[in-house]
Amino acid sequence: MRAAAVRAVNERAVRGALAEVADPEIPVVSIVDLGLVEEVDVAADAIRVVLLPTFVGCPALELIRSAVETRLGDFHRRLDVRFEYRVPWTSDRITDAGRRKLRAAGFAPPGAVVLGAPVRVQLGAPQPCPHCGSVRTVLESAFGPTQCRAIYHCTACRQPFEAFKPV
Amino acid sequence: MTVAAPPVVALGELLRSMADDEFVIGFSDSEWTGIAPILEEDVAMSSLAQDELGHAAALYGLLGGLLGEDPDALAYDRPPGAYRHCRLLDHGRGDWAMTIARRFLYDSADAVRLEALAGGSWPPLSDLVGKLVREERYHRMHAEAWLTRLARGGGEARTRLLVAMRTLQSDAATVFTPLPEEAALVDAGILAARMPELERRWRAAIGPALADLGLPMPPPATQPERGRLDHGAPFRWLWGEFTSVRRSEPGVAW
Repeated sequence: MRAAAVRAVNERAVRGALAEVADPEIPVVSIVDLGLVEEVDVAADAIRVVLLPTFVGCPALELIRSAVETRLGDFHRRLDVRFEYRVPWTSDRITDAGRRKLRAAGFAPPGAVVLGAPVRVQLGAPQPCPHCGSVRTVLESAFGPTQCRAIYHCTACRQPFEAFKPV
Repeated sequence: MTVAAPPVVALGELLRSMADDEFVIGFSDSEWTGIAPILEEDVAMSSLAQDELGHAAALYGLLGGLLGEDPDALAYDRPPGAYRHCRLLDHGRGDWAMTIARRFLYDSADAVRLEALAGGSWPPLSDLVGKLVREERYHRMHAEAWLTRLARGGGEARTRLLVAMRTLQSDAATVFTPLPEEAALVDAGILAARMPELERRWRAAIGPALADLGLPMPPPATQPERGRLDHGAPFRWLWGEFTSVRRSEPGVAW
């Protein structure tokens, strides 16, 4: 039996467990690193977790829900894991630790979101290359292998790289 | 805080029209997967399609909750004549110019509609809209970039774009087809203004870009009251495609 099952269940323990749930599409970061966890509510007999979807049509949502349920199953409480939109997830919610992990894995973390500004200006601004650090980079396509990623090319080290879209 | 009961009939019509719009344009976009003009556009159109089908799923989810119906049944089990998407989306996939013209006209209109729903009084919808607008910004950027490229490209690119705009223009304004009992939505604070006013805002929004590119402003819809009815052969073909797997084994859990 894991240690968590015999410890008192509190919010801190639940958040710690959630920090071990990897994002299915970019497994170097957890759902806590990405800022998906909006609310954790621990009652005597139940644990409620409110998560925010990164994209409305993200195909990984059910995978994330079942991974969370599996991990929190160790606490032996009734689980209520739900996705809500009442707070829009934005890439500004990615934590500093999450940004470091993304960069180390070759993903440029997103710049700050400016909702009123034209998105092509924001995306078109050179992103520092996660491989060599150069800002001599160009946007290749706003659409990448998943909904949340764009593709860039570094003219200094001549490597392609992906960046998290500011949304 | 208690939320007043929404006007169910009008809200249902609104959600159905939006969900069907996103569903149909999503499936049309997905037809480009594997055959787009360049690799980046294969990825882009697939990503746009995925976004739109995701938006449709969320909207069918709200509609299903409101009516007590299964969202999948709403999406897949209706006969073609029961869909309420706008006729702008009824022209078949067409060529690349047609796809870009349709996306530009639809995305610009959808943006005006979403703006009129943002901050509305029914939280399930206004919360979702707060998320949708962040994603749709990328769709508009894509459509505007390609519209400019084709319009300024001259030669065959511009010729095909003008043919596409002419083909779609009489149905362009059908996104703003008045909905049954829509006044109730405005009274309830769910929708900021009625459809004729939203159409006026849309024309003001796209006017400068069209003038700059030397493209025609679409005329008013010829049969404004039938803008979400009378879907023709191209939609019946698309319906046959997107329901084919579902119809192959009715009732089975996939």
